[in-house]
Amino acid sequence: MDENPENERAEVDRLERQIEELSKLVPNDNTAGELERMRRRLERLRKEIYSKLTPWQRVQLARHSQRPVVPDFIDLIFEDFTELHGDRRFEDDPAMVGGMARFHGEPCVVIGTHKGKDTKQKLQRNFGMPKPEGYRKALRLMKLAEKFSRPIFTLIDTTGAYPGIGAEERGQAEAIACNLREMARLQVPIIVTITGEGGSGGALGIGVGDRVLMLEHAYYSVISPEGCAAILWKDQSQVEEAATALKLTAMDLRGFQIIDEVVPEPGGGAHAAPKAAAAQLDECLKRSLAALKGLPIRKLLEGRYQRFRSLGSVIEAATGTNTA
Amino acid sequence: MAWFKKGKTPIVPIGDRTVRTEGLWSKCEECKQAIWKKDLESSLGVCPQCGFHFRISARERLSQLYDEGVFQEYDDHLASNDPLNFVDKKPYHKRLQQMHAATGLRDALVSAEGKLNGKPVLICAMEPAFISGSMGSVMGEMITRAIERALERRCPVVIVSCSGGARMQEGALSLVQMAKISAALARLDEARIPYVSVLTDPTTGGVTASFAMLGDLNIAEPGALIGFAGPRVIEQTIRQKLPEGFQKSEFLLAHGMLDAIVDRRQLRDYLANALSFCGH
Ligand SMILES: [Zn+2]
Repeated sequence: MDENPENERAEVDRLERQIEELSKLVPNDNTAGELERMRRRLERLRKEIYSKLTPWQRVQLARHSQRPVVPDFIDLIFEDFTELHGDRRFEDDPAMVGGMARFHGEPCVVIGTHKGKDTKQKLQRNFGMPKPEGYRKALRLMKLAEKFSRPIFTLIDTTGAYPGIGAEERGQAEAIACNLREMARLQVPIIVTITGEGGSGGALGIGVGDRVLMLEHAYYSVISPEGCAAILWKDQSQVEEAATALKLTAMDLRGFQIIDEVVPEPGGGAHAAPKAAAAQLDECLKRSLAALKGLPIRKLLEGRYQRFRSLGSVIEAATGTNTA
Repeated sequence: MAWFKKGKTPIVPIGDRTVRTEGLWSKCEECKQAIWKKDLESSLGVCPQCGFHFRISARERLSQLYDEGVFQEYDDHLASNDPLNFVDKKPYHKRLQQMHAATGLRDALVSAEGKLNGKPVLICAMEPAFISGSMGSVMGEMITRAIERALERRCPVVIVSCSGGARMQEGALSLVQMAKISAALARLDEARIPYVSVLTDPTTGGVTASFAMLGDLNIAEPGALIGFAGPRVIEQTIRQKLPEGFQKSEFLLAHGMLDAIVDRRQLRDYLANALSFCGH
């Protein structure tokens, strides 16, 4: 395989063109075999290229305009999704969606952020940045799931909780804090997936669960690379350095145990083949739920507590041994 | 005079941002009056002229709250091992060494036990001089251990926050400390052991969006900046000037986010009364 990424990309372009040309011809045994070989080579090449992406390139992929949004994953994975609206206190937050659904026939609650696809939708959805109402609606639906013993799935794709005047006035911090405490003790299985952007506290606000999965090219970070570069480097152009330093990729976070499982994406990323990406996630969700379903509640909650309790990395300065 | 006896716990100036020292005098940031340092000490770091609350160190805070200023520290040997090998303009491990030398602490928190009005209380206080009181794995671990200690002993907990939020140099490991501490607080809540959150200037980001807002009582010092997003981030997002007093304690009280604003000089009595209400 060529080591030069520019050459690899040129090769992908060439293959894509050739496949397109060949597909236009009337198929015969010769072209069909050739076409199949080329498609396989293209998929291999794409995988190769995507496995070598830098953290900053992954952030850009996680934000790709064609990347499936949370409602796409809901459509592709869940059946009979019935949206439920409102926090019963102030308003309905369109940046957070949730409702009743079926997962392989089993009733569940599914909740996630919604970025919107076109400009009009993005504006209406506030670019997927929830306000306190969004977090409070999410908690209301999670309590509904708990009441009727239904598992909860949350899907995360947000740059963060919305930083605005109204959001602060109505207690953005309190709303997220409350979710962190309550999600720690909800008496039903919770499976969290970061599908795109995992933007700080705004992501964590629906991110506490028994299993935390993350798509291969998603990112999860304490701050955006741009914000980090501006504060620590005092220079917005240092985003690549910041993205690398923050260790925000799925593989990095798997190493820190923050993530339980990395969900592989098709070659070329989730946007190249949304159905295949959803099928992969579906597989992982099914396996995760099966492992949690039989557990008695006390065991489930103890496991969830210990899962988060063990996160972090400190040393005992006197002896220099690792304790966590 | 009273303030001569209190001299054993000197105020540590925190950078020249807050306390400008010219020998024995400090200048108040708010009313610009010169204050004799001994006067400032005896008024617990509050300007005797205008009531402005100076930032104080973690240990100064603890000695103000505990009876006779006596307390025992826990987990002071815990330190960050720089899990990300983080380097920005300066390597994080260097920054930690410098902070250790400057403050005598290994991280931005002091976890203590002592008596308040004769009753045992666990108090965690943040150190603003240590990387802006930011929360990384060490703070998360120390606070979680304090809460678990409180559960074992059925002893109330007070956390005095003073922090810019989660520490960037430990990445998502800082972020998840929010969930870890909040999960421990859920257990404390179920055990009906009181937790009072005291928010001081400034309390923002991941600290506010987790344990600082989860007290049975959330109380703040006057004039403290408290919020989720920082004012500059909000201004850049909405592209307009923020209203006067936005994100100050008084603003939060008016919007229903705080139980009370308590002057530092009354904080000890306030806590004693609140904990006694809770049965401690
Ligand atoms: Zn003054």
